[in-house]
Amino acid sequence: MNKPVTVDESLAREFGLTAEEYGRVLSIMGRTPSLTELGVFSVMWSEHCSYKSSRKWLRGLPTKAPWVIHGPGENAGVVDIGQGYAAIFKMESHNHPSFIEPYQGAATGVGGILRDVFTMGARPVANLNALRFGSPENPVTRRIVDGVVRGIGGYGNCVGVPTVGGEINFHPAYDGNPLVNAMTVGIARQDRIFLSAAAGVGNPVVYVGSRTGRDGIHGATMSSAEFDEDALSKRPTVQVGDPFIEKLLIEACLELMATDAIVAIQDMGAAGLTSSAVEMAGKGGVGIELDLDAVPQREPNMTAYEMMLSESQERMLMVLRPDRTELARKIFEKWELDFAIIGHLTETGHIVIKHKGALEADIPLEPLADEAPVYDRPSIAPTAPAALGNVHAPLSLDAMLLQLVASPDLASRAWVWNQYDSTVGGQTVRRPGAADAAIVKVDDTQIGLALTTDCTPRYCQADPRTGGAQAVAEAWRNITATGARPLAVTDNLNFGNPEKPEIMGQFIAALEGMGEACKVLDFPIVSGNVSLYNETRMPDGTTQAILPTPAIGGLGVLDDVSTAIGLGMQADKDLVLIGATRGELGQSIWLREILGREEGAPPAVDLAAEKQNGDFVRAEIQAGRITACHDIADGGILVAAAEMVMATGIGCELESPDSGIRPEAFWFGEDQARYLVCVNDAQAFCARAAQAGVPARLMGRSGGNELILPSGVTISAARLQFAHESFFPALMDK
Amino acid sequence: MKAAIVVFPGTNRERDMAIALRRVTGQAPRMIWHHETDLSGIDLVVLPGGFSYGDYLRCGAMAAHSPIMGAVRDFAAKGGHILGVCNGFQILTESNLLPGALLRNANLRFLSQDCYLRVEVENTPFTRRWKKGDVFRTPLAHGDGNYTADAEALAVLEGEGRVAFRYADAKGRVQADDAGSNPNGSVNSIAGVLSENKRICGMMPHPEDLVDPLMGGEDGLPLFEGLVEALVR
Repeated sequence: MNKPVTVDESLAREFGLTAEEYGRVLSIMGRTPSLTELGVFSVMWSEHCSYKSSRKWLRGLPTKAPWVIHGPGENAGVVDIGQGYAAIFKMESHNHPSFIEPYQGAATGVGGILRDVFTMGARPVANLNALRFGSPENPVTRRIVDGVVRGIGGYGNCVGVPTVGGEINFHPAYDGNPLVNAMTVGIARQDRIFLSAAAGVGNPVVYVGSRTGRDGIHGATMSSAEFDEDALSKRPTVQVGDPFIEKLLIEACLELMATDAIVAIQDMGAAGLTSSAVEMAGKGGVGIELDLDAVPQREPNMTAYEMMLSESQERMLMVLRPDRTELARKIFEKWELDFAIIGHLTETGHIVIKHKGALEADIPLEPLADEAPVYDRPSIAPTAPAALGNVHAPLSLDAMLLQLVASPDLASRAWVWNQYDSTVGGQTVRRPGAADAAIVKVDDTQIGLALTTDCTPRYCQADPRTGGAQAVAEAWRNITATGARPLAVTDNLNFGNPEKPEIMGQFIAALEGMGEACKVLDFPIVSGNVSLYNETRMPDGTTQAILPTPAIGGLGVLDDVSTAIGLGMQADKDLVLIGATRGELGQSIWLREILGREEGAPPAVDLAAEKQNGDFVRAEIQAGRITACHDIADGGILVAAAEMVMATGIGCELESPDSGIRPEAFWFGEDQARYLVCVNDAQAFCARAAQAGVPARLMGRSGGNELILPSGVTISAARLQFAHESFFPALMDK
Repeated sequence: MKAAIVVFPGTNRERDMAIALRRVTGQAPRMIWHHETDLSGIDLVVLPGGFSYGDYLRCGAMAAHSPIMGAVRDFAAKGGHILGVCNGFQILTESNLLPGALLRNANLRFLSQDCYLRVEVENTPFTRRWKKGDVFRTPLAHGDGNYTADAEALAVLEGEGRVAFRYADAKGRVQADDAGSNPNGSVNSIAGVLSENKRICGMMPHPEDLVDPLMGGEDGLPLFEGLVEALVR
């Protein structure tokens, strides 16, 4: 980069800008931009930073509720959880880096989302992650799973934030493009929330954290393009994380945030110094002038272009009160972190960048933001899937159950969880696998948070609208099943190339479904991230897109965390099924794993029934009348019952359904809005359900240590557990 | 009992430990930054878990040379009581306040799970609320917890009754070559050791994370209750 380069349309194209976009740059600048200026435009106008393909559709999502303090637009969403506290949370993808370099890609994904949360003044209290990998049969998958799991653990364990939940799917559509979506939840006092809008002309702009190196240059641009066979040669664009520095940065920032020194603060994430400086000044309606000579640097002879585009990790940008800079400097010196005043706010409305006495960039901020491209890309509405015809079970019920609980998407994730520290902090009330949502207590209070991530990509592929609604409904249901009140959602929208009309059609339909579910369930979206171009170019020139994967991160609250319940079967209880069963096998796990078919329409999502059933379940849990609850999802009733049995080793005897539905459809159908619950008195419980208009029926009786099918066939809890536990070790430790 | 928790850069289980100590003493422990050197008036020094200095170089190696550790050595020389958990145990071995070393877990992966510990010696300040042979559950979370010591040191530890806890199964059976009950592969299934005067204890698992029924149990509480009993003034 030190040799002189000519800035022209062809370089702009190399930087990911179209000819039309470059034309816009020329008209804003009124001259040919410098290399640094072109770099700033190209990252700010990348898909990753500008949301140019998605923005039009994101506007339609519901984002408001009385308990929402800050919705989309800040570093993370903020909701009121009571007693003066706020939960601050967001989910973000690190998909492309995790394919190129799984360990660092996943690790820096965790680091980045942590910074989005503590930037706002919150102490991070929980991490979750939604992961999608390629087929277990693909030899590459094992390496990626290994690196991603080690990376998430390596970073999260070291910073001391418990990893309490998440989800994992396998599908060949992710072979060349795994998804790593990391979510962080933090807690702050409502009166100590920090925002990013800069204010106060003349106020110092301060850089803290790690030094700037040449890593990750143009990372935001890379994540805005599809992969080709040269993907692995892009390894130098992947950043390297240092969780130790992040831990120091968390503690130093929180210490400084207890003072009145900070005017505005933002982490340097994608597009590093460029996006943090541009966004802070832009939001505050001020100008900003940076002197790059003052930037702490890890490598000699870095150019302005390199420094502005570096994505070195563990860095923050702050605007401070001038009379507090020495106080701030002392705090960062205590934590042995770099602290440098690198500029100040101006009234010019421009970002001005100086380096070694030369003017490297001078860009008006307003047009950089306001004239950023927004596309209404052509789309083709998805066609409705053909209904699934008649299907028949080739095996006995017990054989199919054992096969299902051992299958990749349903097998125990203990091998993964056991590499994540889930207890650090001393507030983890329900660890991974113990309840439908993880439960974390808010220190010094009785408040509990219920946290989950959900999405069923195979439903989204078959019918994006239903799949989008289902992802939201399942998150809501998982929170409800613990007894918590669902509050709000963060989303991570992972899709293919938006320049293809069919992909854009998927995106639009999925958002419609999500939006409708959020509205009916009063479950607004307060933060999120869009990851497009998740496609791999094959050697033959065709491209493989991922399954549309709008991952939903849900957050709920318990006023008294001791009322939370888990999913494990309790002894000597009546087992009751809540919700209507039609036996929907389209796109079911049973159909895929037992018959090898991915066909039909996903189960219908009836949001009114979802709300009615869920509100009833939650009220009964809060009244202490349900002792265990599990939502019925992948694998249907029988898999849900088996999961309850495996969780505690306590068995149950199931009743014959007498439903007129074929057995495989009854037991493995994935109809929505259903729960299995343990209650003391099924009769009284079902009577209350009937009064509330909620379908409920006795399904069995718990006790012993075997799952007893209506046919009399028994499967011991130990045998189920053995089958359930075998998949990951067999895949990973061979 | 006046307790102090030492905080190094990268320490991350100091709040867990403070909760456990507050639970048994009714007062917040003193948090001591690693640059400090004053331990006057302190009955118990705790080196908590975490990744001091990022665990770069070797776990605990850099922390062993920080200013506070000089004061901790003096405190030990005067017969002071010290508890080191996880990274704190690693720091104690790196400081030669306890024998042996902690290697990478045998399966070369970070482990975060519940384990069972069998109490090997009673009537120490750390184990007095248990009887020899008692078994209790506790979480563990570490990448480098595989305890080892040379044959001579091991013979001394075993001979002098200085193995405080061993990894076991739920029924108290100890089997060093069984990854199920001895998850990190420690020699003789050793999970915690004591100094010669039995006033310094290092252990890998986290009893401080199991002191509240809400978090799944109180199995770790007797350790802290015993310390209060022993160190009450």
